[in-house]
Amino acid sequence: MDISYIILVPFIPLAVFILLGLFNQKIKPAVSGYIGVLGLLVSSSLSFYAAYQYFFVSGKMDGVYQTFIEKAVWMKFTETLQIDMGILVDPISVMMLVVVSVVSLMVHIYSRGYMKGDDGYTRFFSFLSLFTFSMYGLVLATNLFQIYIFWELVGVSSFLLIGYYYTKPSAVAAAKKAFIVTRFADFGFLVGILIVGFTTGTFDFETLNAVSPEGGSLLLNWASTSFMGLSVITWALILIFMGGAGKSAMLPFHIWLPDAMEGPTPVSALIHAATMVVAGVFLVARLFPMFYFVEDGFALNIVAYVGAISSLFAAIIAITQNDIKRVLAFSTMSQLGYMMLALGVSGYEGHEGLGYMASMFHLFTHAMFKALLFLGAGSVIHAVHSNYLKDMGGLRKYMPITNITFLIASLAIAGVPPFAGFWSKDEILVAAFENNILIYCSSVFVAGLTAFYMFRIYFGIFWSKEKAYDHAPKESPLSMTFPLLFLALLSIVVGFIPFSEFVTSDKIGFEAHLNYPLAAIATTVGLIGIVLAWAFYKKENSLSDKYANAFGALYRWAYDKFYFDEIYLFITKNIIFKWISAPFAKFDRKYVDGTMVGIGNKTVWTSEKIKGLQSGRVQDYAFSFIAGAVVLALVFIYLWTN
Amino acid sequence: MDILSLFIIVPILTVVALVFSKTLERSRVIAMIGSIIQAAMAINLVFAYLKERAVNDDIMVFTKDVVWFKNFNIHYNIGVDGISVALLALTAIVVLAGVFISWKMKELPKEFFISLIVLSLGVYGVFISIDLFTLFVFFEIAVIPMYLLIGIWGSGPREYSAMKLTLMLMGASAILLVGILGIYFNSNADGGPLTFNILDIAQVNIPIAAQKLFFPLVFVGFAVISALFPFHTWSPDGHASAPTAVSMLHAGVLMKLGGYGVFRVAMYLLPAGALHWSWFFIILAAFGVVYGAFAAIKQTDLKYINAYASVSHLGLVLFALLTLNKIAWNGAMIQSLSHGLLTALFFALIGMIYGRTHTRDVAKLGGMMKILPFIGAIYVITGLAYLGLPGFSGFVAEMNIFVGAFQQPDMFNRILTIIVVSSIVVTAVYILRLVGKVMMGPLLINEVTDLPKATWYEKTGLLLLMIPVIAIGVVPFWLSDIIMKSLEPFIQGVL
Repeated sequence: MDISYIILVPFIPLAVFILLGLFNQKIKPAVSGYIGVLGLLVSSSLSFYAAYQYFFVSGKMDGVYQTFIEKAVWMKFTETLQIDMGILVDPISVMMLVVVSVVSLMVHIYSRGYMKGDDGYTRFFSFLSLFTFSMYGLVLATNLFQIYIFWELVGVSSFLLIGYYYTKPSAVAAAKKAFIVTRFADFGFLVGILIVGFTTGTFDFETLNAVSPEGGSLLLNWASTSFMGLSVITWALILIFMGGAGKSAMLPFHIWLPDAMEGPTPVSALIHAATMVVAGVFLVARLFPMFYFVEDGFALNIVAYVGAISSLFAAIIAITQNDIKRVLAFSTMSQLGYMMLALGVSGYEGHEGLGYMASMFHLFTHAMFKALLFLGAGSVIHAVHSNYLKDMGGLRKYMPITNITFLIASLAIAGVPPFAGFWSKDEILVAAFENNILIYCSSVFVAGLTAFYMFRIYFGIFWSKEKAYDHAPKESPLSMTFPLLFLALLSIVVGFIPFSEFVTSDKIGFEAHLNYPLAAIATTVGLIGIVLAWAFYKKENSLSDKYANAFGALYRWAYDKFYFDEIYLFITKNIIFKWISAPFAKFDRKYVDGTMVGIGNKTVWTSEKIKGLQSGRVQDYAFSFIAGAVVLALVFIYLWTN
Repeated sequence: MDILSLFIIVPILTVVALVFSKTLERSRVIAMIGSIIQAAMAINLVFAYLKERAVNDDIMVFTKDVVWFKNFNIHYNIGVDGISVALLALTAIVVLAGVFISWKMKELPKEFFISLIVLSLGVYGVFISIDLFTLFVFFEIAVIPMYLLIGIWGSGPREYSAMKLTLMLMGASAILLVGILGIYFNSNADGGPLTFNILDIAQVNIPIAAQKLFFPLVFVGFAVISALFPFHTWSPDGHASAPTAVSMLHAGVLMKLGGYGVFRVAMYLLPAGALHWSWFFIILAAFGVVYGAFAAIKQTDLKYINAYASVSHLGLVLFALLTLNKIAWNGAMIQSLSHGLLTALFFALIGMIYGRTHTRDVAKLGGMMKILPFIGAIYVITGLAYLGLPGFSGFVAEMNIFVGAFQQPDMFNRILTIIVVSSIVVTAVYILRLVGKVMMGPLLINEVTDLPKATWYEKTGLLLLMIPVIAIGVVPFWLSDIIMKSLEPFIQGVL
């Protein structure tokens, strides 16, 4: 299969970024919007064409999806160890191309309406293009170092876009927080890469993933050196997963994601819901054979538990939040936890690899309906100029399209058949059920919570009591409603894609069947959540407050996000700033510099003291001369006699 | 006239021309023409070098040897390899940018530009010297003008800072001289004549005892100018008091002499000494990396932040050199260039901000992006490049250093490397704090709402420095190849 044209996919957004970045002041806002959308339209078309070619025409050989690679050396360390730049085409990278293209294109179109009249319109589109370029580069990466490079670039695009309203102190703080927290996680990632590079002598995914189930492969030999009871490769994988956990907002690195909602809403939809935050999941999937085979999947178990705990944790917090974007942010974290745990419980071959397939499937469907939820929330915020639930209510009359699309997305995420989320979530639950009953139970509970918090905000926004609006809210323009409708359509249909035919861990398709009892349980739990939300929030009543009071401390804890931010603040402010940085700075001035200045001062002092010797009086010199001569004479006599 | 000696002649001619100029306008035009010629020569040298390297396998090319002082066998002996060519090009770029940034120098412009050009002459001299004694002389020529430049054109406690800087560097030079003489008097160990020629001495087996004795002297003598902990305290004060162009040249070029000297003299001529002492100095260097970064977090003066950041980033150069690994050495050289360009950019930008707002206090600045879009954008890009973002030179340098350092399999080096890698997080903290406070956030500059936009000469200066940063970051293999090839003979000597 000829894949050379895929190289254009990332380069078109890059060209748009450079163009808009350099001529920021000169290009008219309207024009820059068109350039952005047009550029992405071309990239998307190419991506769709590539997906069609790969999945349906020439990607398969003897029933196995092939991997196509094209690359060039970018930096050479030794004869074997080098960083390549290139593109790797296999089922998950093609799937990610489609995800990034669809969501990014919709967000570009949507932003033309949403950002209208903003001072930094062109800047906004140039940053969006930069992000899209980096994300394409990330999913197409051929080796660990390339993925790290684009990993950092999506991180910086995220920084720039969260801090888009840069005069707002909260936006600046959120941008910094996002960058620094993920950077800390990336520190682990980088050390992991270094360990892999040293022990295996390569960064290439192709070589690293060439692990056969029979064992005895090169990788398993490398895995024999151990450190503190675990093999070094396992350590490396844990460290690499640390990077993934940072980007995908898993515990304990999740604290940046809710704050990242300071960015414009289209950005939240694109970066913090559908694409960048799934990079961590993608990374684990990319290295899945390594995770699975090295030391019997020790690192993979960690992935499963971190995913499951994060998922539950975030869902509980989501119930209590009042800022609709933050509810969605915690919801994203919870769903990412789903994807992680699905990878974590997955096996490798055939139906065993259901978890892997389910994770990718959920990544795909989640991208559609979560982007839709965010864009819908953006549409609402655009109309009422507030993020808070207390300022909303009864909007279904004013915003019919937003209402219906938001409802579809809510049903999808709640796992109601036949919407997309139902199918992918069902597969995840089956995979969990077959491997780890504890994780399964927690996941089912999370499914109920998800339905509850989603319909809590749905009823809160579109039903409930109408608020006193300054001016009547009105439906958003077509540029904004078109993406909503399009994504709503996708949220209905993508669930029917037979994903297990296309994306599997061993690249061989298999047939997945609906597990009726489990699906029934999950759906029932979801419906219970919806009904509860209906009872609590359809009309304004005091029921919710009563229950909040009944839970008392637990509610407070969840409302304050279990005090994770406070813990981090304590560590940074009180430990790092106060007990490391400040003493270092002081020590430097007072003691290090003080010593140097002290030496200087002592020199001056000494010369002050001895300058009296040069008095200019002849009798003093004569005295010194005679005294010296006498001393010398005595010394010589002493030496002579001995 | 040979291609290298021009780097000495052209600055001298520029100085002579400056002596006869009367006004600011004329002085700056002369300085500009002089430094444009230098930059053109540097670019020409790069291509000439590539051409020569293809046919010439000597360690040094374009060599020339003139006896200078016969009794002690001192020669004016010059030549370059890939490393010195790269550093020469860096120097030429920074000097040119420095002249543009000093376009509006009002006070004693003629004398200012003369000192600047003399300084650059000294630096060029160091990079082309093969003779130890000549190298030392040029080293001193580079250091002395600094005293005048800070003492006369500086701000704040300038006499104090100038004095501190000069005394500490002179103290280091004294130690260095002892070390160099130590090498000289051992250069006949294999029976030949006493010599200062670096290439000849490298062939001599200097007695192990002498190597162990003189390595620390030469190392510290050079490393002080690269702000080795704990001998770095001249740098924050010096930078804070120095005028913009001087800070640029000092941090951008002069501090590079340290790493260069350590590599060219200490490591190459005293390899046994390096092996014996590296464990000790590598701890100092690694500590300096983290220490400088943490200390930078707490500073409030823009220049102090960058001075401590330099302690951290040049600590990385020394650290990389001491790992005695080829990849890391490559990284050290790229880091020298990268840090040179980026620090020069930072100091230029700080100068522009200070010139407009008359403050360098972080607490008093805020939201400058709104009124100074060009300067703000370059500032943000510089900051991101400084914290090692891919696509810029800093990333390439750091990755070479980390990967190289990680090739040493023993636990001691591993742990140090991981500590050093952790500095990428701390760097992000102080850089983002800086960017977030000064450029972003609400507008807050002494109730000013409008400031003069960047002028053409400021933009030229900034772009001159920014272009190579991006070029190295996007296509690193080009530079990396040149340097790697030149490292070959050295790494063989050491290992």
